[in-house]
Amino acid sequence: MTKLEKNDRLVRLSLLMIALSAISVLAIITVFIFEQGTPIMFRYGLKSFLLGQDWYPSEKSFGLLPMIVGSIMVTFGALIIGVPLGLASAIFLTEFSHRRLTRILKPIIELLAGIPSVVYGFIGLMFLVPFIRDKFGGPGLSVLAASVILGIMILPTIISIAIDSIRAVPDSYREGSIALGATRWQTVRMVILPAARSGIIAGIILGMGRAIGETMAVIMVAGNAADIPGSLLAPVRTLTSNIALEMAYASGEHREALFATGVILFVIIMILNTIANVTAARQRKK
Amino acid sequence: MKQRGILVRDFSHYYGQTRSLNNINLDVYRNEILGIIGPAKSGKSTFLACLNRLNDLIPGSRVEGKILIDEQDIYGPEVDVVALRRKLGMVFATPVPLPLTIYENIVFGVRLLGNNNRKELDLIVQDSLEKAGLWGEVKDRLHTSALKLSGGQQQRLCIARVLALKPQYIMLDEPTSGLDPISTMKIEDSLRALKKDYTIILVTNNTKQAARVADRTAFFLMGELVEIDETPVVFTRPADKRTEAYLLGKFG
Repeated sequence: MTKLEKNDRLVRLSLLMIALSAISVLAIITVFIFEQGTPIMFRYGLKSFLLGQDWYPSEKSFGLLPMIVGSIMVTFGALIIGVPLGLASAIFLTEFSHRRLTRILKPIIELLAGIPSVVYGFIGLMFLVPFIRDKFGGPGLSVLAASVILGIMILPTIISIAIDSIRAVPDSYREGSIALGATRWQTVRMVILPAARSGIIAGIILGMGRAIGETMAVIMVAGNAADIPGSLLAPVRTLTSNIALEMAYASGEHREALFATGVILFVIIMILNTIANVTAARQRKK
Repeated sequence: MKQRGILVRDFSHYYGQTRSLNNINLDVYRNEILGIIGPAKSGKSTFLACLNRLNDLIPGSRVEGKILIDEQDIYGPEVDVVALRRKLGMVFATPVPLPLTIYENIVFGVRLLGNNNRKELDLIVQDSLEKAGLWGEVKDRLHTSALKLSGGQQQRLCIARVLALKPQYIMLDEPTSGLDPISTMKIEDSLRALKKDYTIILVTNNTKQAARVADRTAFFLMGELVEIDETPVVFTRPADKRTEAYLLGKFG
C-alpha cells in the first residue's frame, strides 16, 4: 500500500468516526428517553396516559390528554394562520414579483427563522396577549395567542420550501399553459400548484413539526393551564411546555411521567418527519 | 389571389440591446403551410413568439414595426392577448403535456373559457384527438396521466390540445426535433390534413421536412428574412446565395 492510499484510508476512517458520533448522539437520546419514559406508561397503562384528563403529579394522576389536545389545537391553529400566508407569499415571490424584489425579500424571510424563539414569545407577551385580552376578552394568554405566534414562526419554513418546489416546476409548463390562453393566475392555480403539490405539502409538514416542537414562545403566551381548553381564548398547555415547566423540580414518578410526555412527542414528530420525507421523495421521483 | 391572414411589416425585435429580428416583411396566406427554416439562433422561434406575444414573458423584450393578424395590429393598445394566444395555437419543440390526465390536458384551455359542459367537452376531446391522429391510440385511457405517453404521442397530444381551442393558426416550433422517423411521419400526415381548416406555420431545423410539407418556405438567417417563396422554388432555384449554401449544408 502506498503512502497516499494509507492517507486516504485514514481520512475515510476518521470521517466515518465523526459521522457515527453524530448519529450515536441521536441514538443515545432516543434510548434514554424511551428507557426513562416507557416503564411508567406500562405501569399505569397506556390508556390512562393518552386519555386521562387529569394531570396531578403529586396525586399520581398522569393524564396527558389536555396536553395532547393542547399541542394539536395550537399546531392546527398555527397551520391555519401560517399556511395561507406562507403559500401566498411564496406564489407572489416566485410568479408575480419583480426578480430584484424577490432577491431582497427572500433572505429577509429566511432571517425570520434565525430570531430566537424567546424573542417571539416576548413580543407575543408584550403586544399580542394584551391585544387579545382587550379586544376579545379572556386572559389573553390563550390558544389564539400561541397559534398566531407559532403561525408566524413557521412562515420561513413554509415559504422557503414552497418557493423551492414552485421554482422546480419546469418553465415549459408555464409557457405551455400561457400559450393555451391561460392568465398567470390560472397558470399558477391549475398547473403550477398541482405540479409543486408534494413539495409544498412536505414544507407544511416540516412547519407542523416545528410548531409541535416549539416550547419557549409557547410557554410565554399560552397560559399553561393543564386543562382541555374550552375555547380559543382559554389558556392551554402543550406537551413541550409540560416538560419544560416541571422538569426543574420533578422527581420520582413525576419525572418519569415527563419523560413519557417526551416519548409521545418523539413519536408524533417521527411520524410527521417520515411523512414529509416520503412526500418530498415522491416529488423528486416525478 | 390567395387571402392573406398575417402581414408582417418592417418588424424588428430586441432582447435588451441585442437585435434578434431585423426588419422582417412577409405575408402568411390562409390555409397554407408556411415552413420557416434557418440555422440555430436565426430568429425563427422568436418570430413565432412575437406572433402570439409569448415574448411578453421575457423581460427586456421590445418590438418595432407592425404585425397585422386578420387586419388587427397585435401590438396595438386594445389587443386581448389571451384571445390572441387562443387564435394562434402554439406547439413547442419539446412536448410538454401538463401534469394532468390526457383528457384534462385537452380541455385545459376550453375550461379556462368557462365551458364545463361534460358532453361538449367529451366531443371536443374526441374531435381534437382524431384530427391530431391520436384518438385510436388513447381512447381507452383518456383518464390516465399524459406524462405516460411516448414522446411522439405527447407531441400529438399537444397538437390536439391546441386544436381544442379552435384556433385559426397553428404555429409549430420544431415539433419533431426530438422524435423518431415514424412519429415524425405521423405528425407530418396530421399537418397535411389540418391545412384544410387551419393556417400553419412550421418552424423546422430539418430542411427536408419543409420540403416535404410546406407550401411556401422562408429562410431566416441571423434575424433576417433572406428569402421566401414557393417551396419548390426555394429548394431548386433559390434567389440568394446564402439560401443555396444553407440548403447544401455548407453551414448550419
